[in-house]
Amino acid sequence: MDKYQFLITMAGVLFSLGLLGVAVRRNLLVVMMCLEIMLNAVVLSFVTSASRSGTLAGTSMTFFIYVAASCEIALAMAIVVLLVKRHGSLDLDAHQDLKG
Amino acid sequence: METCFVIFFSTLAVVFAALVVILRQPMRAALALIAHMVSLAAIYAALNVHVVAIFQILIYVSAVMVFMVYTIMLLDDRDTSYRQRFSRWVYPALAVAVLIPVSLWLLPANPGAVVAPALADRFSFASFALDFMKTYWFHFELATVLLLIGVLSAWTAVKEGLNG
Repeated sequence: MDKYQFLITMAGVLFSLGLLGVAVRRNLLVVMMCLEIMLNAVVLSFVTSASRSGTLAGTSMTFFIYVAASCEIALAMAIVVLLVKRHGSLDLDAHQDLKG
Repeated sequence: METCFVIFFSTLAVVFAALVVILRQPMRAALALIAHMVSLAAIYAALNVHVVAIFQILIYVSAVMVFMVYTIMLLDDRDTSYRQRFSRWVYPALAVAVLIPVSLWLLPANPGAVVAPALADRFSFASFALDFMKTYWFHFELATVLLLIGVLSAWTAVKEGLNG
């Protein structure tokens, strides 16, 4: 196994850990952090591919992922604060009245 | 030597990511997430992709985690989600989380793939900036618009939520 295959597997491990956290944790803030771990795993796979092929596309894509992540976290934190003000809890089970 | 660095910081990244999932207190989980992101930045630096390493520290560790830490400090830390950490989906989620990396591990390596000979200069900050602005200037402008929309959306959400 070469370095790049090891890193792609590592990205898979990190993505799985993030997915596990999103599925099993009850705290809204920790769920958001696990989403960030999943995004970081995607960035790691892009950087590994770019580093392997020596092209610019992978690293440019990471820049746009960072922009999307910044927007996501700004909006998500505002929504989390409003949800906690409305329901008085960070527990996901307290937000069962949300549709969808 | 480079491979040793990559393996060491990859191990650190996985350990800190696991701590984010396991730790009870969100502030401790946030600190573990910061350590995880710094480990990833070290991996990018070891791969000679310095631009992404700098972005990782500047954007993720600085901007995004400041948001997260402020929100944790703003909200009450005595909550039912602290006493009972995990939902009832632990075992199915654990099975899926094991299957994904195992399937990636079993993927056959592609012997015909192109491997770049030397990357030291290709991803330096100056050459990346020049190439990026030549090729992706329009996407860069779109990204700035997206950032503006994000800021306006967050501001509107808070305003409407406080009014309604």
